[in-house]
Amino acid sequence: MSESVIIAETSKGSIAPVTAELVSAAIALGTSPTVVVPCTDASIADGAGYDGVSRTIAVKGDCFANYDASSWAAAIDAAAPSGIIIAAATPQSKDVAARVAARRGLSIVQDVVAIDGMNLTSPIYSGKAMQTVSVSGDAAVSVRANVFPAASSSAANVSVVDQSGDVATAVQEIIARASERLDVAEANIIISGGRGMGSPDNFSHLEKIADVLGAAVGASRAAVDTWDEIPHSMQVGQTGKTVNPNLYIAVGISGAIQHLAGMRSSKYIVAVNKDADAPIFSHADYGIVATWEEALPVLESALSSMMS
Amino acid sequence: MGQTTPKGGWVNLMPNIVVLVKRVPDTNARIVVSGDRVDLSAVKWVISPYDEFAIETALQHKEADGGTVTALTLGPADSDKVLKDAKAIGVDEIVRVWNDTWNELDSNAIQSALAQAVTDLGAEVVYCGKTAADTGAGSTGPGVAERLGWASVSNITDASFAGGITVTTPVEGGSAKVSVSGNAVISCDKGSMKVRKPNVKGIMMAKRAQVNVVSADAPSSSVTIVSQSPPPAKPAGKKYEGGSSAEEVARLLRDEANVI
Ligand SMILES: Cc1cc2nc3c(=O)[nH]c(=O)nc-3n(C[C@H](O)[C@H](O)[C@H](O)COP(=O)(O)OP(=O)(O)OC[C@H]3O[C@@H](n4cnc5c(N)ncnc54)[C@H](O)[C@@H]3O)c2cc1C
Ligand SMILES: Nc1ncnc2c1ncn2[C@@H]1O[C@H](COP(=O)(O)O)[C@@H](O)[C@H]1O
Repeated sequence: MSESVIIAETSKGSIAPVTAELVSAAIALGTSPTVVVPCTDASIADGAGYDGVSRTIAVKGDCFANYDASSWAAAIDAAAPSGIIIAAATPQSKDVAARVAARRGLSIVQDVVAIDGMNLTSPIYSGKAMQTVSVSGDAAVSVRANVFPAASSSAANVSVVDQSGDVATAVQEIIARASERLDVAEANIIISGGRGMGSPDNFSHLEKIADVLGAAVGASRAAVDTWDEIPHSMQVGQTGKTVNPNLYIAVGISGAIQHLAGMRSSKYIVAVNKDADAPIFSHADYGIVATWEEALPVLESALSSMMS
Repeated sequence: MGQTTPKGGWVNLMPNIVVLVKRVPDTNARIVVSGDRVDLSAVKWVISPYDEFAIETALQHKEADGGTVTALTLGPADSDKVLKDAKAIGVDEIVRVWNDTWNELDSNAIQSALAQAVTDLGAEVVYCGKTAADTGAGSTGPGVAERLGWASVSNITDASFAGGITVTTPVEGGSAKVSVSGNAVISCDKGSMKVRKPNVKGIMMAKRAQVNVVSADAPSSSVTIVSQSPPPAKPAGKKYEGGSSAEEVARLLRDEANVI
């Protein structure tokens, strides 16, 4: 069996759940994976053991304290064995995988949502079409979350490699997000508001539901462009973030093609819109034709009583 | 970019700036599949949207430090239009890299050829889009940087050029101001910058502008397209009238969809 290298996804100093899905992707590729964990503290690699994985390498280096694409790629490349490189399709991991691939003179296929032998499928044209490519030899692959089942955890067989890369960029200042709210790019459930919310203050109704569900709050571009209070970091779509949550609730959003581009691959979509002909309804699993003023209080109380 | 003289003062070496631009279908275009390939014969072509932010950032860099901005694309002759569009917005030079033997290049080939063209142009800093509207990949910026042995910062939302390049880039829990020393490839997201639009003078100048066509080598592709297809159709959803139906939807999210 050919070898593969999984670059573990880490978040807040521990292994992110998507890493277990990457193991299933590696097995679907017919490869035997080694998990590589970029870290400053090798103990986090203890959480990166899975059925089907015989080896976990903690790549420990000062360079991993902050993200610097060049030093991360150099350190990961030096510590990782050869083989197909597999990473999560998060902005940072796509970036580092692209550099590791380039270091090795390999091609990269990003945002894979299906694997059939060495045929890989990804969305193109913002999800308006799908493309299947065939890969010969080694390559790098990034895999979307919520596509492959999570491999079961097991004890990790960890070896530690001390490896540093020369850091090429210097962090001057970290600017914390104003609210403690989850970022749409990191969330499994997203509730987004559009121009139909009428005013930025009304986003508090979305925040209440987000708090009940542990969800992130997103927005359409019309909302971001119309109201200064709604930052671009919340924007979902073609010129905002591409998200792939389990549940996406669109409230007062018409469903323009550029908005769909960022969220159409969500597993379940709920739409609340007063216009029965809004295009969003053709993509919704559950559509509610009503004003948000009518629907959101009902939704909030139903969800609160279910979640308590 | 600034460099310290022996006396400790700053001199500005006027930067040679390259901005990567790609021709893509207008994002409003309907994407039609015929047979097992996308049929793009009827679409309107534009500069990939994030590349407009890259052009804006490159022009602001030049306004701060002097130098030249060269727009570079890899593509056949029909890509000349987006170079002329970039010229109309204000870049100085327009260059297209192409080799008539190329066909459906993979990322390794594209990045290698672009890196070679950037080297041949003698550039010190490259701006590009965060992702191209067709591939959605986000591979080219970091991949070209690695091949050049340069730093890279991706998905920036702001940049300033006082005493070197400082950019704002997303990090877990917020964003970071990062300074870049030395040569770098910087990929641009839609941020706080307003992109400038071409003016009449720019459009007139662009009409007369000559595209400089250069050649480069590219390794053979190891990734080949098997098929392109429409996105999988979703089964028709359920639609309810009235706000009170939200209660039923909440129940279905738990009992049918199992997502909460
Ligand atoms: C190059 C380009 C890139 C773009 N990128 C993006 C992007 O990244 N993301 C994005 O979202 N858009 C993007 N757009 C914009 C996109 O085309 C739409 O203009 C935008 O998505 C519309 O936002 P909206 O649905 O909130 O507003 P509208 O289209 O104004 O829709 C508002 C909706 O709210 C409903 N409504 C009104 N009142 C209520 C109420 N009380 N209760 C319930 N429903 C109500 C209305 O029926 C309507 O359907 C882009 C456009 C271009 C050209
Ligand atoms: N053929 C190309 N010619 C010029 N620039 C390109 C080309 N392909 C990609 N780029 C640049 O790289 C960015 C990211 O592209 P991608 O990696 O395909 O998502 C684009 O926004 C462009 O700035």
